[in-house]
Amino acid sequence: MSRALSPSATRRWTSGLGGVLAPRLFQAGLVAWMVGTLTFVLTRALPGDMAYRIAAGRYGDDMVNTHAAEAVRAELALDQPALNAYFGWLWDLMNFDLGRSLVSGEPVMRELGHQLGHSLGLALAAVLLSLLIGPPLGLAAGLRPKGALDRISEVVASVLRALPPFAVGLVLVLVFSVTLGWLPAAGHGRTAHTILPALTLALALAAVSSRVARNAMADVAQAPYYAFSRTKGLGERLSFLRHGLRNAAVPVVAYLGVQLVYLIEGVVVVETLFAWPGIGHALVHAIVARDVPMIQGTALVMGLLFVVLNTLVDLVCHLLDPRRRTA
Amino acid sequence: MPRLSRSLLLGLALLPLSAAADRPLNVVAPWEITGADPSTSGYVYARMRVAETLVDTDDAGQPAPGLATAWEQSEDGRRWRFTLRDDVTFHDGSPLTAEAVAASLEHALAKPGMLDAAPIDAIRADGDAVVIELESAFALLPALLSHSSTLILAPDAYAEAGRVERMIGTGPYRVETLAPPQRLSVARFDDYWGEAPAIDSASYLAVGRGETRALMAESGDADVVFTLDPASRARLGRSANLTLHAEPLPRTIVFKANAEHPYLDDPRARRALSLAVDREGIATGLLRHPEAAAPELFPAALGPWHLGLDAAAARDLAQARELLDELGWEMGSKGILERDGEPFRLTLRTFSDRPELPLVATALQDQWRELGVELDVAVGNSSEIPSGHRDGSLELGLMARNYGLVPDPLGTLIEDFGTDPDDMGGDWGAMGWRDADLAGWLDTLRQDADPDTRTELAQRVASRLNEAMPVVPIAWYQQTAAVSTAVEGFSIDPLERSYRIDELRWAE
Repeated sequence: MSRALSPSATRRWTSGLGGVLAPRLFQAGLVAWMVGTLTFVLTRALPGDMAYRIAAGRYGDDMVNTHAAEAVRAELALDQPALNAYFGWLWDLMNFDLGRSLVSGEPVMRELGHQLGHSLGLALAAVLLSLLIGPPLGLAAGLRPKGALDRISEVVASVLRALPPFAVGLVLVLVFSVTLGWLPAAGHGRTAHTILPALTLALALAAVSSRVARNAMADVAQAPYYAFSRTKGLGERLSFLRHGLRNAAVPVVAYLGVQLVYLIEGVVVVETLFAWPGIGHALVHAIVARDVPMIQGTALVMGLLFVVLNTLVDLVCHLLDPRRRTA
Repeated sequence: MPRLSRSLLLGLALLPLSAAADRPLNVVAPWEITGADPSTSGYVYARMRVAETLVDTDDAGQPAPGLATAWEQSEDGRRWRFTLRDDVTFHDGSPLTAEAVAASLEHALAKPGMLDAAPIDAIRADGDAVVIELESAFALLPALLSHSSTLILAPDAYAEAGRVERMIGTGPYRVETLAPPQRLSVARFDDYWGEAPAIDSASYLAVGRGETRALMAESGDADVVFTLDPASRARLGRSANLTLHAEPLPRTIVFKANAEHPYLDDPRARRALSLAVDREGIATGLLRHPEAAAPELFPAALGPWHLGLDAAAARDLAQARELLDELGWEMGSKGILERDGEPFRLTLRTFSDRPELPLVATALQDQWRELGVELDVAVGNSSEIPSGHRDGSLELGLMARNYGLVPDPLGTLIEDFGTDPDDMGGDWGAMGWRDADLAGWLDTLRQDADPDTRTELAQRVASRLNEAMPVVPIAWYQQTAAVSTAVEGFSIDPLERSYRIDELRWAE
C-alpha cells in the first residue's frame, strides 16, 4: 500500500515520533501535579473531621470513638498545618514515594500495584472484547449503509450506550449466572470471573466503536479513491482490505482514546458491582474513609493512565497514517 | 463418644466419593478486610476461625472457656488470673505460652479497641497463667477478652512498633492467602487443639453490594451469604437450592438526642418523638421483619436487661401531641409546631454503611411530620456522629448500636452512659444527659459480680433508660444468611463472633 504513496511520505515510522512523545511527557508531569494538588485541596475541603473519618475506616462503625480518633490524629500528625502536609507530599512524590495508606498502613505503591494489575487486566479484556465486537460489526454495517444490519446495530448500540454499566452488568449476571449458570456472578481469581465484568464494559465500548467504524467505513466507501479502486478492477474484498480498512481504522482508533474516559469511569461502577479488587473500587473506599494518600495515589494513577493510553493511541495513529509523520 | 464422632467426621471428610469436598467453602459477607491487625479486622479472623480469644462464648451468649480454661478474680477484685489451655500451638508451630499471650494482649491494649474500657494497670505472665492487674475492681474483664480486638497471635506475627505483618493464630483454620481488601483463603490447621473441622478449606470474599451478594447466592457461587437486603430475601426464599436463616442480634437501631438542645432538653420532648414513631410500620414495611420493632433498647437475647414491653403500645400520637402542648409548642400555619415564633425543626445525622439507616431516617421524617416536627436528614459517614457529639453540633443521630460487642451489654453501656455522674455520656450514647442514679448502678455493676444484684440492677438500668430516653430505640437487627443446600450444620452466632464454619459439613 505504501508503494502507492509518494516517496516523501514513505519516511520511517520513527520520524516525527519525538513530536508525539515530548508534549505527552510534559502533560504527564502536569497531570501528576494537578491531580495531586486537587485531591489534596478537595479532601481537606470536605466536611467532617479527618481523624474520625480515618478511624471509622480503620476500626469500623462499632469501634470509632473519640479515643480512636485522637489516637489516629496523634499517629498521623493530622493537626500539622495543611501547607506542611502538602509540601511534604510533593517532596515525597518527587522521590517516587506515595506514602502509606492511612487505613491499612500498607505502602500505597504496593496496594496500587496489586489493584492496578486487576484493573488493567479487566480494562484490557474489555477493550479487546469490544474490538472483537464493535469495529467488525460497524465495518459490515458501513459497507451497506441503511441495510438491515446497519439499522439493527444502530438501535442496539443506542440502547447499550444509554444504559448505565450497572444495569447492563446486572442483566448479564441474571442471564449468564442465575438463569444459565454458565459463569460466576462475582468475585475474582479464575479466568471465568473476568468475563462478565469485561463484557459489561465491552458492550458499551463496542456500541460506540461500532457506530464510529460504521460512519468511517461509509465515508471511505463513498470516497473517490474507493470508487477508483473498484473502477480499476479490484474486487470488493481487495478494495476493502487495501483501501478501506486502514483509512477507516484511523477514526476508530482515535475515538478509542475518547472512550477511555468511559472505561475509567465504568471501571469504578463495574468493579463495585462484581466485587473486583481494582483501582476504581479502591478509590471509592479511600474517599469514604478519607484515606488521603490512597486517594492521591489512585487519582494519580488514573490520571497518568489516561495520558499513557492517549499516547498509545497517538502512536498507533502515527503508525497507521503516514501523512502524520511529515509533521 | 467425642472421639468416635471426630473420627467419623474425619472419615467423611476424607471420603473420595464426595466430589464437593474438593472445593473450598465460599463465604460472602459485606465487611472488607483492612489488613492482618486484630484491632482493625479482627472480626474477620475470629469469624473465619483463624484466631481465638482467651474467653469464648457459649450458645446462650455467656462467657465460656476459650484459650483460657478458667479464670478467677482476687478478693479485692483488682486482679484477674487466666489459666491457659495446655498443648495449644500457633499456626507457625510455636507453642501458646503465657509470655506470648501477655505480649499479644499488651499489643491489643496499645491500640484502640475493647480493652480501652478496662482500668488495666499491668499484664504479666505467671507460670501457665496470665495475670491482669487493675487499678479498680472490674467484673467485666472476661467479657472484654472475648472481643476480636483481643485475639491472641504468635510472637512472630508482630513486626516493629506492634504492626501485625502476618496473621498467626491458633484456630482450626490457618490463613492460606490474604488479599485485602476482599479475599481471605483458609485451610484446615492439622494441629488444632479442639475438634477438627469437617471442611478442608474455605474462602471469604467481601462483597459490598447487597444485590451482588444475593445474586452470588442465587447462582451458587457462594455457599454461605451473610446480610441480605430485604428485597432480595423474598426472592431467595423461593429458591430450592437455598435455605434462609435469620437470628435477632443485640444490635439496635436507635437515635440519640442532644439533651442540651433547647427543643430536646425536657424528657417529655424526647418521649413525644418516641411516641410518634411507628415501629411496627418500620419493621414490617422497611426491614421486612415484623418482630424487629423495638419498644425498648435491649432484645430478649440479653436476658435480665430485657423488660418485655409491647411494641404496639409504644406508639401514641395523641399523647405525643399532648406532651409537646405541655411544653408550649403550638401548631403553626404550615403544619409545623412553633414556640416563640420558632419552628420545631431538627437535623438528624445518619450514615449509609448500613443501608437501612437512611431508609429508617426518611420514615422518621415522614412520621414526625405528622406530629408537626420538621426533620432534615443528613446522610454522611458513621464518624460524623461521634465527632458531632464532641463538638456539640449534633442534634439527633440515627445509628445501629451493638450492645453485644462483648457478651455483657454493660461494656457498651459504660461507654455510652458512663459511671461518673459529673461526666456522663458517650460518642454513641447519651449526649448532654445526666442521671446520678444510673451512673451509680452502672458503677456497682462494673465491680460487683453477684448474679442477683446484677439482675436487679440490670432491670433498673433498662427501665430508667426507657423513661428518660437519652437514646431512643427503633428496631432490633436481624442477622440474615442464605445457605446452599450443599452445606449442612449451619447456624448463626447471635453475637456475630463466629461464622461457625468449623461446624459445617458438605451434604451427602
